[in-house]
Amino acid sequence: MTEIKMVKANPQDVLTGEYYLDGNHASAEGGLAAGCKFFAGYPITPSTEIAERISQRFPKVGGIFIQMEDEMASMNAILGASWGGVKSMTCTSGPGFSLMMENFGLGIMLETPCVLVNVQRGGPSTGLPTLPGQADMMQARWGSHGDYEVIALAPDSPQESFELTIHAFNLSERYRIPVFVMTDECVGHMTEKVVIPGAEEIDLVVRRYTDKPPEEYWPYIPEKDLVPLMPPVGKGYKFHVTGLTHDYRGYPVINAEVQEKCVRRLMDKIIKNAKDIIWIEEKDIEGAEVVLLSYGITSRVVQPAIAKAKKEGIKVGQIRLVTVWPFPEERVRELASKIGAYVMVEMNYGQVYYEVERCAAGKCKTVLVPHAGGTVHNPEDVYVAIKEAVK
Amino acid sequence: MSTVEIVEVRGKVEKEHPMEKLLRMDRIPHIWCPTCGIGTAAKAFASALEQLEIDFSNVAVVSGIGCTGRVAGYMKLDSFHTTHGRAIPFAVGLAIAKPKMKVVVFSGDGDLISIGGNHFIHTARRNVDITVICVNNFIYAMTGGQVAPTTPLLANCSTSPYGNFEHPFNLPLLAASSGAVYVARWTALHVRRLTNAFAEAIQKRGFSFVEVIAPCSTLYARRNKLGDGLSLMKFYHDNSIIKHGADPREVDIGFQEKIVVGKFVDIEKPTYLDCLNEGYKRVFGDAYKVYGEEDEQN
Amino acid sequence: MDSSVINSRATTTGRAGMKFWRRPLDTDKIKIPHGELHIIWERCKGCGFCVEYCPKEVLELSAEFNAKGYHPPVAVKEEDCINCGLCEELCPEFAIFPVLKEEPEGAEEVKK
Repeated sequence: MTEIKMVKANPQDVLTGEYYLDGNHASAEGGLAAGCKFFAGYPITPSTEIAERISQRFPKVGGIFIQMEDEMASMNAILGASWGGVKSMTCTSGPGFSLMMENFGLGIMLETPCVLVNVQRGGPSTGLPTLPGQADMMQARWGSHGDYEVIALAPDSPQESFELTIHAFNLSERYRIPVFVMTDECVGHMTEKVVIPGAEEIDLVVRRYTDKPPEEYWPYIPEKDLVPLMPPVGKGYKFHVTGLTHDYRGYPVINAEVQEKCVRRLMDKIIKNAKDIIWIEEKDIEGAEVVLLSYGITSRVVQPAIAKAKKEGIKVGQIRLVTVWPFPEERVRELASKIGAYVMVEMNYGQVYYEVERCAAGKCKTVLVPHAGGTVHNPEDVYVAIKEAVK
Repeated sequence: MSTVEIVEVRGKVEKEHPMEKLLRMDRIPHIWCPTCGIGTAAKAFASALEQLEIDFSNVAVVSGIGCTGRVAGYMKLDSFHTTHGRAIPFAVGLAIAKPKMKVVVFSGDGDLISIGGNHFIHTARRNVDITVICVNNFIYAMTGGQVAPTTPLLANCSTSPYGNFEHPFNLPLLAASSGAVYVARWTALHVRRLTNAFAEAIQKRGFSFVEVIAPCSTLYARRNKLGDGLSLMKFYHDNSIIKHGADPREVDIGFQEKIVVGKFVDIEKPTYLDCLNEGYKRVFGDAYKVYGEEDEQN
Repeated sequence: MDSSVINSRATTTGRAGMKFWRRPLDTDKIKIPHGELHIIWERCKGCGFCVEYCPKEVLELSAEFNAKGYHPPVAVKEEDCINCGLCEELCPEFAIFPVLKEEPEGAEEVKK
């Protein structure tokens, strides 16, 4: 199997130093540090700062910024650029995210590495353009049509916005899949200290191209890790790729047998590698009566509630989902028989919560602390929920 | 003429078609109906590439969904069969990432002009250096013959069973007014002129657009009782008027009326990357490294 | 081919027959090429483009059919094929092409 190679970031791309940056600006710098050289996007509050910063920074590092006519064009342009061998990203929010869904599916089907930052806002529809929400999480999972698996990361701070954007690029190159960075308006617009390290401290996954000569190469013969090697465009490979269900040759084949093979591998590519992808941070799980799950900004908002509950002697554990998708099913299932309750706190009316409920499978109580969005949770509500959960 | 070498011909030796080097022979015969004009357009495209004597590795074909969209699957080039209407933005990304490649969008009228209409006009406006070949058979063929934005008034289609009551687009006008630097229209019958138009369009710097009026036998011709593709070709023979430099505003196509063909627009205009480079140079001076000049690493 | 033969042919009219209004001045120098037709029988879908538009009316749809049930063309007057290549250009199926039969001797080649 062709090994995964890592390379240090290019010092010209990395704005090393300590700054006060908001999450959006940090995300943009993360993309730059990861070696992104193509951005196609469409302005949408609250993500626009990412586009604006990139439009300022790119000419200095040899990148191309293009503001496309709509989000569908943006999604497709980053796919095209990625096939052209250039790391590419886009950014959007709820309404634009919906528009990008069809062609995100194309990215899944063609197995194209790229990064999509969704700075979530209140929805549905036009909703609350300038206020946070976390209500696109299920859409990240199922927004496009058909069966597929996704990778979605949720940063909780500008520092993490920087780091997770780099991580998203690495995951996308590693697994040949478009990766979501699901921030929200709160993280996006909050200004905090961001430390951008030296380039030698940033490791980047190198895209794996085929080493076979053109006559022997077919686009979708997977390596042992179920990820096929990409062909370089313009080097005589003369390959064909399509959004239609295809076989290992990349040619469309319209029958159930090939559908099974094609879709199964696309899903297994993530499911079978889930252990390497899933990233959760646990705290005080040992002996916990109740475990509180959260992601993104909410994981910071719940801290006062947890502290208050702990003061009263309640043993509260925490799981912060850094990767929301793939969801850590195994861990949640495993813990369900050891604890009294899961408390899921998210800035929506219940999305990732249903995953928790499904995995708990009745072995423990599951409590949702919902929020319509527009502002972060009141820690008091979280505290009340924790108390309810241990009753 | 094809570049088949003349070896001693002893009787009828089974030779391969001269264009087979540009076709994925493991997928031939293709899916298009007998008397469909798309095959002819594909042949003209292959001939144009041959004529240009360019490195076939340096050409990429991007297509959308539809009968014409299948062309990408048959051409032996780096080819991408993308989603409906989105061939052009995909090609924009690809063309920017690989500025030295010839990126050709080869798709149908419904795909490029209806769902892809927004991308079409904006990419023409930006004058991105790609070539767009639109095979116009006046109908959504692949899905069974629905009315398209190019369907002439009064034509019968499966979703306009009593006749089409919508004015169609005039594609050369749309392209020209959006800023395309090369606009031509030929029918599938005018193969040699079509080949030359393709060759010129591919060589042209900037957004070049070639419309190919092609017969759709199974749907457009049959539903409108026009015979088959051959009857439509005969119609093109008798009703095409060649008018180079015609005003794009005057080349509308009515139902079974005269078709004006020719090269309508051939101008020079800085491309998207030209403007970008010039703009950044103006601001950053010599510190700015011009994009697209050196060979890209992959 | 001598000029008299050309002229006699020129007076015929047909679907695609050409009429010369005067004898071309370099008729003696030009050697009309001949083509040998290759028809990929199984690939043809019987569209009839080549038959209709051959300038020398060399082709007719055959009475036989191929495995798919189409009637491919046959060259009924192959000696008249001038290797113009229009059939090859028009064919949507990449199923027919002429091959130049003999080198034009002596003077200029005929330009296509």
